[in-house]
Amino acid sequence: MVIPEFNYQQPATLKEFLEIRNELQNKAVILAGGTDLIVNMKKGLIKPENVISLKGIKEPLLNSTGLENGVVRIGACVTADQLSCSESICGALGAVPEGAASLGSPLIRNRATVGGNIINARPAADLIPSLIACDAMVILESISGKRELPLDGFVTGPGQTLLQDNELLLNIEIKVPSPGSGSAYIKLGTRRALEISLVNVASFINIDSPDGTVADARIVLGAVGPAPLRAKKAEQSLIGQKPGEELFKKAGEIAAGECTPIDDFRGSAEYRCDMVEVLTVRTLKKAVQEAEKNN
Amino acid sequence: MKKLIALTINQKKYELAVNPGMSLLDLLREELNLMGAKEGCGIGECGACTVLLDGKAVSSCVMLAVEADGCEITTIEGLETEDGMHPIQKAFVEHGAVQCGFCTPGMVLSAKGLLDKNPNPSEQEIRTAISGNLCRCTGYQKIVEAIKSVSERK
Repeated sequence: MVIPEFNYQQPATLKEFLEIRNELQNKAVILAGGTDLIVNMKKGLIKPENVISLKGIKEPLLNSTGLENGVVRIGACVTADQLSCSESICGALGAVPEGAASLGSPLIRNRATVGGNIINARPAADLIPSLIACDAMVILESISGKRELPLDGFVTGPGQTLLQDNELLLNIEIKVPSPGSGSAYIKLGTRRALEISLVNVASFINIDSPDGTVADARIVLGAVGPAPLRAKKAEQSLIGQKPGEELFKKAGEIAAGECTPIDDFRGSAEYRCDMVEVLTVRTLKKAVQEAEKNN
Repeated sequence: MKKLIALTINQKKYELAVNPGMSLLDLLREELNLMGAKEGCGIGECGACTVLLDGKAVSSCVMLAVEADGCEITTIEGLETEDGMHPIQKAFVEHGAVQCGFCTPGMVLSAKGLLDKNPNPSEQEIRTAISGNLCRCTGYQKIVEAIKSVSERK
């Protein structure tokens, strides 16, 4: 398969990158792992004039994960493989490595990046639901400076985000959750590798320690709408209640009513709604088990 | 415009001028005559083009050659030494894990990527490691057994 011609640049510093990006605006695409971009170029779905590679930039904020002052930082160029086995991202944030380990295949995970998965903004993306469930913020940088936005709401539709044409997604930040928190991610597909989710769900829960009731909850549904979406009514139904099978079942039913899936060759909308219910219950159960461990 | 890159392939250093649109797979096959990595799907879904990039198994068809600048690549041609085939290659032959052979270079390299990092993997870890490599002949069982036998031998 032939890749159409383009102009390739590999800036050596972040500053140089941002200047090129500012100059070329929407006439350039950003190359990180390339596991989506190169495929789309080969298929002729996009024909960029300019490709700006992130490979040359030796910037720890972009290329590594770390934990500092109670904040977990994930560089946008960290690969899914690195994220799936990172020591600083585990425990209450367990949904994030679970999401990373579900992406594509090992061959893809060794190249695909966190930033790429977010900016490509596919409705079935594996990393976005877990990151939203864990209340992640995205840090964007341009020549005019940095801005910080919640990931929840950053993805606005298939392939659409709030990233501006002169910006780079530099990294993701997550506050370490308080004790008594847990999270989980489950992906449903028809095969175990290289699969686009039929439905995926990520849940986060925080159990208030004195009375054991739910203090905080986030439920994120993937592949059942134009972008990963929060099941806010289902989340509300959990607050102040004691966690348990009945409560979760109710939350699952509410979540199923909040999604807007389509019928396609992967599955019917009706089936997807039913699976949202099942996966909501399962992720909540798993998140509570984790929360009890972290209490 | 062509870009100059310097990389190591099978422990041999190269300095090459490449077209930015050339995939790593095309560089290996068409410029360097290393025919071990195959083009199956061409879009990162079948694993026939697997090579090791700094020790990690990747699909060379969805990677630009220019992005391999400064990296160390191992292809199937780099596994055999003066002492003969690599233990993983031998195990594949002994266990009948090679049939048509199209997936074999990729399977062997995915196995090497796993065993170099984790010399005693569980069966599940083996199956996960080769989950990006499609085989239409063996049903995978013999491949899994071959990889397992190498880990047990160590």
